[in-house]
Amino acid sequence: MSEFLRRTRAIVWKDLLIEVRTKQSFTAMAFFAALVLFIFSFAMGADVRLLQATGGGLIWIGIAFTGILSLSRTYQSEELAGGLEGLRILPGEQRAIYIGKLMGNLALLLTLELFLFPIAGILFQLELWRVAAPLAGVALLGTLGFSIIGTFYAALAVHVRARELMLPLLLFPALVPVLLGAVNATTLILTGDPDGAMSSWIRLLVAFDVIFLVVCTWIFPLVLEE
Amino acid sequence: MGKTQKILGFLALLLFIIGSVVGLFIVRADAAMGDVQRLMYVHVPAAWLAMLAFFIVFIMSVLYLVQRNPRWDLIAASSAEVGVLFTALTLALGSLWGKPTWGVWWTWEPRLTTTAVMLMIYIGYLAVRSFADDPDKRARWSAIVGIVGFIDVPIVYLSVYWWRTLHQPPSSPRSVAPEILFALLLNLLAFTVVYVYLLMRRYRLAVNERELERIVAHHTRQISHD
Repeated sequence: MSEFLRRTRAIVWKDLLIEVRTKQSFTAMAFFAALVLFIFSFAMGADVRLLQATGGGLIWIGIAFTGILSLSRTYQSEELAGGLEGLRILPGEQRAIYIGKLMGNLALLLTLELFLFPIAGILFQLELWRVAAPLAGVALLGTLGFSIIGTFYAALAVHVRARELMLPLLLFPALVPVLLGAVNATTLILTGDPDGAMSSWIRLLVAFDVIFLVVCTWIFPLVLEE
Repeated sequence: MGKTQKILGFLALLLFIIGSVVGLFIVRADAAMGDVQRLMYVHVPAAWLAMLAFFIVFIMSVLYLVQRNPRWDLIAASSAEVGVLFTALTLALGSLWGKPTWGVWWTWEPRLTTTAVMLMIYIGYLAVRSFADDPDKRARWSAIVGIVGFIDVPIVYLSVYWWRTLHQPPSSPRSVAPEILFALLLNLLAFTVVYVYLLMRRYRLAVNERELERIVAHHTRQISHD
């Protein structure tokens, strides 16, 4: 087990180090996320109440669009110099590669959300600070679900022709439960929860995360196989 | 194989005609809904077949990953194609029924929405197949999508169900008049035979396609050697 953790840590460390040293992609992604939120304001009109009511949904669409960009890069950096090939032929547990990549994506997206949520708060006039703690919980559960399926399908799409098209095509339908859960939970936090519907959405997110974390980790070696 | 297929094709046609005649002319129309209700005799069997077809995809995908026999992959692919056809048919027929009954072509009813998401998941499955060039990789990757997608469908249903609680539960057989039930079961049988026939035809075609692919690859290699 400690072997597994050591491998996972090595992958996460390597990916985050590349990210920190190059920085370009993170800056560009944060800018893109802000841009998406900005454009939503044009689509919805300048009506503040409308933006407040739909804010939860707009934030998560922003996360999903930005997340897709980050996911498709997960294995592309490996592919250039045959890095994935190298990881694959290393003896030992290949599932550590998946968990490592998953953690890296999760860390990157959560950092991005530290920028995205305040920007949404300013643009849509949402009182986010007051509800920061529950919001962080929902963001964690939703982003985890997104990264679990995303990191898994990204490994598959990287070998297929037209991968930029393939990844969203596979990912978005599969993510419907995560999007519904995260959007509704976020909206309930922002606008109040008179009927006590919150626990259903949290349970849905937790169930999705647990089920697919197990399934995807289990069959990941089959994706990597040559 | 050839003779069995002919008999099965004839049987499928015969049952389909009988089922349609019974459903259209012999059984009385529903008192409340009128003739529109007759759409049920094709809508429900099409929906049932979509489920059956995707269940077969799931089973064949698991079998393929365990045994690596190309036959399971080709059956899965054939079943997915027939399933997508019947899912699209289910949505189209549901829409035709929805317009006079609910007054709209489309509504975010849980079963309807889930069916649409299911259609997208399996279009993704077929897209993976068409974008992967190597037959073995294509089989492995699409089997993975077939498994993850199938596990996702019930979770999608649950999430959409919570999202739109204005559902109507499916009528249990006890609340339906016996002759309506008879016509429905007859059409279910007819559609199932049609499915088996289509699956067999598509499988034969898939075997030929794969053989052709092998020959072309072989000759291309030879030419490049010369």
